[in-house]
Amino acid sequence: MIKKRYILNFPPDSGDKAMSYHLVKDYDIRINILKAEVYPGKRGSLLLELQGKKENIELGVEYLVKQNVVCEPLDKRIHFQKEKCIDCGNCTAVCFAGALTMNKTTWELEFDKNKCVVCELCIPACPLKLFKIDFN
Amino acid sequence: MSKIKSYEEINRKLKSGEAVVLTAEEVSRMALEATPEEIVEKVDVVTTATFGAMCSSGAIINFGHANPPIRMEKIRLNGVPCYEGLAAVDSYIGATACDPDNPTYGGAHVIQDLLEGKDIVLEAWGKGTDCYPRKYIKTTININTINELILFNPRNAYQNYNVAVNTTNKMIHTYMGTLLPGMRNATYSTSGELSPLLNDPEFKTIGIGTRIFLGGTQGFVVWPGTQFHTTKPKNELGIPVTNAATIAVMGNLKEMSSDYIQAAYFEKYGVSMFVGIGIPIPVLDVEMAKRVSVNNSQIQTSVLDYGTVGMPKLGEVTYEELRSGSIKVGGKKIRTAPVASLAKARKIAQELKEWLQSGNFEVSKPVQMFPQNTSLNSLKETEAGND
Repeated sequence: MIKKRYILNFPPDSGDKAMSYHLVKDYDIRINILKAEVYPGKRGSLLLELQGKKENIELGVEYLVKQNVVCEPLDKRIHFQKEKCIDCGNCTAVCFAGALTMNKTTWELEFDKNKCVVCELCIPACPLKLFKIDFN
Repeated sequence: MSKIKSYEEINRKLKSGEAVVLTAEEVSRMALEATPEEIVEKVDVVTTATFGAMCSSGAIINFGHANPPIRMEKIRLNGVPCYEGLAAVDSYIGATACDPDNPTYGGAHVIQDLLEGKDIVLEAWGKGTDCYPRKYIKTTININTINELILFNPRNAYQNYNVAVNTTNKMIHTYMGTLLPGMRNATYSTSGELSPLLNDPEFKTIGIGTRIFLGGTQGFVVWPGTQFHTTKPKNELGIPVTNAATIAVMGNLKEMSSDYIQAAYFEKYGVSMFVGIGIPIPVLDVEMAKRVSVNNSQIQTSVLDYGTVGMPKLGEVTYEELRSGSIKVGGKKIRTAPVASLAKARKIAQELKEWLQSGNFEVSKPVQMFPQNTSLNSLKETEAGND
């Protein structure tokens, strides 16, 4: 069993397809919707956590891609300029998902992208503007 | 009679490589087992440091004269307004200055761009005089084309700082970061036991003329900082439990590094600048040994509600509690986060330690001690406001 987060971008005509049903029923994947934005007639975006057997998740993602859904692992959509980070900690103040934390020994920032729920609070909270998240 | 060391004696030891230099964190650990008498015997200098956003910062610049010359009476650097009331081509760019139409790029960013060798657009206007006939100039400058570039920060390195929380039901944006509603986070800034002015709370060794680490090079304490307040409430060790004294510092910005000077923009607040400061504290006597031995569990600070006018105090916590990841205020457990970089402060303390150990950096006796028993005026509103 593995757990992986993906950002899904749906084309305008996909509103009527019960894709999450198929993920659960056909591929035995446990899904958890962490964030959703739907613009009817235009597009929709979803942050989805998929939990299941590795091969099932791969097949499930393959199914989504066949339905013209852009499906990318979350960490590929989060851009953080680590080399410029000064470890001030401002982003950790707002990160309730626990993705951004200070290492209690070195007091350097640690970023576990797999815990991110794309609340996007870190983007304005960073005084150096080092975060960029591509959700839509 | 307990041991007393002179500055000269310590500097001789530094020159010959015999001096023992520890960071304030190292000496705080040592003090858990060693007495102050033993520490004054063993340790000569303790390095302290901080790396935080310090809004009262800026740089003095001399642009050099153009031909024909101009008396600059309005000045912009990359669109950021600079002070125009200093002769013809002297100016001061404040870290927090910005063009209101471009609030995310300010004086601190200009300073950082200069440090990184980038070209900056200088635009200046004058009325034209007999000796300065020119009325307008637009050109590019960089760190090599200008004459002096001097960091002069009127208020830095606050001796302790408050913890910020927000009791309201709206998220607020402050220089202490983003404060979530209902006290769902608490932010703090000071480097605790490593912080310069908390290791010499009565200013026995820090004064006018103290040689310091500033932005990656040697700088100096040049004056007590603005809002220098020595009579704030103190704990039983004589350490203020809220923001108290400050220092004004100066140094050659041309020698500094963008590793230790960093522009910042705080959402819906404005521009500020992270400044790296390290201060060596000579362990002259038992009294100073006691001072530098202080640890995070012995330093308290005040929790203030930044969401309410007047910022009421909600409690007191120690730096040990703040670093643990949560504090308790009024029975409520609140997650904590720093807004100043302890990792960078440690790097500075370590670098300063190496400078001292290599014999290239002397500790200096202040030429003038700071004033005592100071307090602050608040701004009164007089009838002039009703005109």
